[in-house]
Amino acid sequence: MAEMVLEVTGVVKRFGGFTALDGVDFAVRPGERVGLIGPNGSGKSTLVNCIAGTLRNEEGRVRFEGRDIHAYPAHRRIRLGLARSFQIPKPFGSMSVLDNLCVPLLYAAREGARRGQVADEANHILRQVGLHEKAHAMSGGLTQVDMRKLELARAMAAKPKLLMSDEAMAGLSTSEVDDILELLMGLKAQGVAVIMIEHVMRAVMKFSERIAVLVAGRKIADGDPQTVVGNAEVVKAYLGE
Amino acid sequence: MEGSTALVVNAIIAGLLLGGFYAAVSLGISISFGMLDVVNIAHPAFIILGSYVAYIVNDRFGLDPIVVSLVLSPLFFALGMALYRVYYICFEKRGQESLRGLAFFFGILFITEVTLVLIFGVDYRMVSTAYGDVTWRAGDVDLPMRLFVPFVVSLAMVIGVQLFLTHTFFGRAVLAVAQDQLALRLMGVNPVRVKELAFALSIATAGVAGAFLIVIQPVQPSIGREYIGLVFAVCVLGGMGSIWGTLIGALVLGLAESFTSTFFGPSWAPAVSFGLLLATLAFRPSGLLGR
Amino acid sequence: MSNRSFALVAFAFAVAFAAASQLIPNEYFFTAAYTVLQFVILATAWNILGGYTGYVNFGSAAFFAIGAYSTVVLYNAFKAPLPVMIVAGTLVAGLAGLGLGYLTLRLRGVFFAIASLALSVVLFTFIVNWDYVGGARGAYVLQPREVPFGLPRYIHLLYVVMVLQAAVALVVARAIEKSTIGRGLAAIRDDELAAECSGVPTLRLKIFSTMVSCALMGMAGTTFPYYLSFIEPSSAFSLSYAVNSIAMPLIGGMMSWIGPLIGAILLGSVQQLVQVMFSLGAWNLLIVGALLVLFVTLAPNGIMGWVETWRRRKGH
Repeated sequence: MAEMVLEVTGVVKRFGGFTALDGVDFAVRPGERVGLIGPNGSGKSTLVNCIAGTLRNEEGRVRFEGRDIHAYPAHRRIRLGLARSFQIPKPFGSMSVLDNLCVPLLYAAREGARRGQVADEANHILRQVGLHEKAHAMSGGLTQVDMRKLELARAMAAKPKLLMSDEAMAGLSTSEVDDILELLMGLKAQGVAVIMIEHVMRAVMKFSERIAVLVAGRKIADGDPQTVVGNAEVVKAYLGE
Repeated sequence: MEGSTALVVNAIIAGLLLGGFYAAVSLGISISFGMLDVVNIAHPAFIILGSYVAYIVNDRFGLDPIVVSLVLSPLFFALGMALYRVYYICFEKRGQESLRGLAFFFGILFITEVTLVLIFGVDYRMVSTAYGDVTWRAGDVDLPMRLFVPFVVSLAMVIGVQLFLTHTFFGRAVLAVAQDQLALRLMGVNPVRVKELAFALSIATAGVAGAFLIVIQPVQPSIGREYIGLVFAVCVLGGMGSIWGTLIGALVLGLAESFTSTFFGPSWAPAVSFGLLLATLAFRPSGLLGR
Repeated sequence: MSNRSFALVAFAFAVAFAAASQLIPNEYFFTAAYTVLQFVILATAWNILGGYTGYVNFGSAAFFAIGAYSTVVLYNAFKAPLPVMIVAGTLVAGLAGLGLGYLTLRLRGVFFAIASLALSVVLFTFIVNWDYVGGARGAYVLQPREVPFGLPRYIHLLYVVMVLQAAVALVVARAIEKSTIGRGLAAIRDDELAAECSGVPTLRLKIFSTMVSCALMGMAGTTFPYYLSFIEPSSAFSLSYAVNSIAMPLIGGMMSWIGPLIGAILLGSVQQLVQVMFSLGAWNLLIVGALLVLFVTLAPNGIMGWVETWRRRKGH
């Protein structure tokens, strides 16, 4: 369907003899909030990497806004509006928080060349995520939750149509989780579709309009959150027999 | 035997013998770079150091260089441990391996070469061995002992290390540390210690390989640099972290160099390893036996 | 300060240094200054790929030698005028950098570093076997009898050329550093994967950085045959270039254009002094090597790093 912002069909990814993704179908509508859950090692991050372009899937198709992006390198995908944050934050350590945002603003969002414009836009985003006070702090010395916010801010700076948040809440306290959750919820107002990969079920349930479940490289459930969570197979996958 | 056939056969033999030696030379990098992910470009410096140590003892006491190097290998082992400790504290722990680690090892390579020049000068040094001038002949086929003896001991060393890695607890810990450090820790093994000892082993093999080198050819301090391309070419060609791969890669390189030398002249030999390295990186970066 | 202003200032300094040199009675000054200026260019050039982008090039000598031997080829072919030689050498070195980069930059940074080191050896072998440029015996490149611009000796002209080249190198480095490209390179250096996922075309920028860096290193070598009047492979491929082009930016500071300049002037002058006082070339290199190891382990941000820390501590 042309109205899908992201369409993943039959994606297979192998690492030597190990099949990480075994024919995954997955789609996201514009502005949709989708949760992607599954036990550790089920292939969630691999799927994110294949969509983002940092890994190449052996089989299957990835379509973004109707366009087949298989041949596109990662930097081209983000320019189209397909952003992702990293599970373990990867800040540009030699730069300040503000300068960290300037990179995607200049390269992905193709923000105006005048330096003043870029800085304004960066400050605007920092205000949105609550890092405005730390704009000139070195990005290497931030707290965990601030680093996660910076990760998301960088993804947002690319002016995406779809943002994949990879376990941004892992290891955070309850109030910190709420901070991040609020941030991600706010993206819908900007028309940004979000795929949230998380283990924090409270947040996933609150956030998602739809949940997909990945187990051992296969999607075993996809639909309304309450239904999926009650699904016997899903429960088995998480809790064992 | 017809002239050209004899030429080819001798080229093949020389290539294989050289290849065995190259395997010994590259064995250490297979461990330090292939398994431990430490880009020790100073590896050739320790080979040359081994050559000069063998030279000194041979010159002073007339003892066989290969025997000497095996006896003195604990010294190189200790040196390797010390070097890794510095590397670990200054770089790996801080996550700065890439650029700074490279510069560090380059500095070590450099200092070693310059120090050797200051002590020994740039003249070529040779050793005298009981078998150095002996050549077995079968018709038109030559088997020079100065190549054959190092070849045999090289093979023994390579096979020995491989067996050690696959059949001892420590050896398997080394193989494991390349793959999953956390699991190793959970088993009560300190990965840093394992890496330190593995790195020390790699330097020890370099010291021994140095003795092989000076038996095969005269040595001067700058030769180390010529071996960098070769050593990494062998590793990449063989697929990193695989000892058998290193052996095969070394034999391939030895043959390639031997044929180039025979049919195009010996001065082109250094270019062969680089060409092979570039070709491998460009077309099949995972190597012949790639992981 | 905009690029244009900086360029004007740089060239004003260059002209001033050129003019002032005519007041110096000691002829040795020109020889020493030539060497130090060589290092300024090499260190600045190296840092574009090393400090800005985070990719270590061990083959500075190779690209320097390409510049030198382009001059030899053009001299033997039709005694081309010096400006032509400089441009040609710069271009050839840049192309060689493009080649090396294209082949190895898709892989991990270590492979680029190893390939660059191996390149030196291979190029050396190639030149040694190439009779047209004299091979191992070397080639003569005679200084013209008539010195242009009425300067007393040819070395004075070479000095002026080097001062101008140094200005060019600094202007180029600073322009890149402050530009959007510079931010992209810094992102690559800090975290290449994150940079790629932030929209930075990493491969393209790395190749660009390599080309510019290698071209400038070649530029540094173009006047070298005239300086010696005789060129042979071991002087063109001297170990000194390889280690100094890394040590100087490292010691001076790799984050900006000032670091390599400081490192080159300091380290270059020290080496000249040691040479004059002890006249032992190898000790020189040992000191540089030791300083390299010392700084990389204990003070990896170099002198400018100390300055930055000091400024930050003062609440800047």
